[in-house]
Amino acid sequence: MSEDLYQTTIVDFARAAHGAGKIENAHASATVDNPLCGDRVSVDLAFESGRISALAHRVRGCLLCQASASALATAALGANVEELRAGDAALTAMFKTGAPAPSGRFAAFGAFQPVTGHRSRHDCVRLPFAAALKAATGP
Amino acid sequence: MSFDPAKVRRDFPLLAEAEVAGKRIHYLDNAATAQVPEVVIEAVATQDRRLRANVARGVYRLAEEATAAYEAAREEVAAYVGAQAGEIVFTANCTAAINVAALAFGQTLSAGDRVIVGELDHHSNIVPWQLLAERRGIALDWLPVTPEGAYDLARLGALAGSKTRLIALSHGSNVTGARLDVGAVVAAARRAGAKVLLDGAQIVPHGPIDLAKLGVDFYAFSGHKMFGPTGIGVLWGRREILESLPPAFGGGGMIGRVEKSGTSWAPPPARFEAGTPPVAQAVGLAAAANWIGELDHGAVARHLERLTERLIDGLQIIDRQRRVLRVVGPPPGHGRLPVVSFEVKGAHPHDICQMLAAENVCLRGGHHCAQPLMDALGLAGTTRASLAPYNDEDDVDALLEGLERAIGRLL
Repeated sequence: MSEDLYQTTIVDFARAAHGAGKIENAHASATVDNPLCGDRVSVDLAFESGRISALAHRVRGCLLCQASASALATAALGANVEELRAGDAALTAMFKTGAPAPSGRFAAFGAFQPVTGHRSRHDCVRLPFAAALKAATGP
Repeated sequence: MSFDPAKVRRDFPLLAEAEVAGKRIHYLDNAATAQVPEVVIEAVATQDRRLRANVARGVYRLAEEATAAYEAAREEVAAYVGAQAGEIVFTANCTAAINVAALAFGQTLSAGDRVIVGELDHHSNIVPWQLLAERRGIALDWLPVTPEGAYDLARLGALAGSKTRLIALSHGSNVTGARLDVGAVVAAARRAGAKVLLDGAQIVPHGPIDLAKLGVDFYAFSGHKMFGPTGIGVLWGRREILESLPPAFGGGGMIGRVEKSGTSWAPPPARFEAGTPPVAQAVGLAAAANWIGELDHGAVARHLERLTERLIDGLQIIDRQRRVLRVVGPPPGHGRLPVVSFEVKGAHPHDICQMLAAENVCLRGGHHCAQPLMDALGLAGTTRASLAPYNDEDDVDALLEGLERAIGRLL
């Protein structure tokens, strides 16, 4: 089953590391921890007219977490907070209830569908969303 | 006759049935939870099937037999650790045992008193003392670790002063496998007039101990790491100390008499066992202690030392080829526990563990509930293999071969 988890798309996202780094003078920033494994994701956001214009992240985490942060750095561009929240909800529903993969701007997260069968790894993928939402909405 | 781990595996239904089905489980997460032998499963089931009743209350036959079984379990566990039955307090787990100690002993402390805790420790022997520090205004002093992941006992003398009331450390590390030099700690504590509490969760699975000789004042351990049930742990305390302490929790079973004007306490150990205790689990723990007691401990120790050496040697061979591994902990042959943690530089422990899981190799990855240790060693986390008597060369080799494949894919 790990073959599915470490399929090319996910590995490619992790290695591309889209958005890795910082945004100087970010409009919002937040850090979240996964208490189970100690992984940590920090996200900086910049906004234009209420929509995300840039997302940067620092990830101390597994390959799935790195891949998710990388995917989010691209997918979140142009999203407002509600759309970001909806993307997180769709990803969560895919994991928890087997709902269809996220669509629209977050369709790339369909690559994480194989993670559904690995409950202990769901939060690895969700952590960057949690950090971005915390930055966008406050603690 | 040499030690035969295959024979040991036959005592463990989960391992034996998988092996018969041709799906050998390489279970190397024993420092988290060990497997449970049939005799323990049967002891727990029999207690619930034939002797189910509350203890220390009813006068009917079942209640009396349940009480007798529970108190017999206390006797057997006491014998396993060289203690008196009246000094054995059953709790929910090792964490609960340490919390009971912190709550009870903590009531004797006041602002300005100090407790020494260790960077090496599991969170279960850190957080209860942090909570106590907040409640009572006491201060914590941290005993640092050496670069190889053992307590730096050379620093203990300077930390233990006239205000030190307790030194709370791990008898053996769940991450680095380092064993504590208990004599040095007890000597420092006595000089300072302090008590000693040890977390023995990683020690008791490896054979009987003698608490009467160890010289400490409190000792905590769990059942599920020593081939027993979950939901059971033990706090041992010296009788005179337990008798001097107030209870940690209030409720049924721990009282002398309750009146509107106040309550008097039952003597130990009942004083520290408020509410219905884990009866079947205590019986199962005693069965586990008896099962361990029947092993040839010298042979088991040699077997586990050989496997630990084989594992560390194998990791070093991989590192010579790849230059990506860092093994933490003392070298083999230094009395280390069969717990081996390592970092694969550039690969996260969970990714390593996930790939090994696909090959039926059960490892643990992450901070192992020891984040101060990870910070001290400059690690985000490690991958950990921890061995038990049922493990053999096949388990170690499955790990090493799978690790090489995982490294090849991830790096």
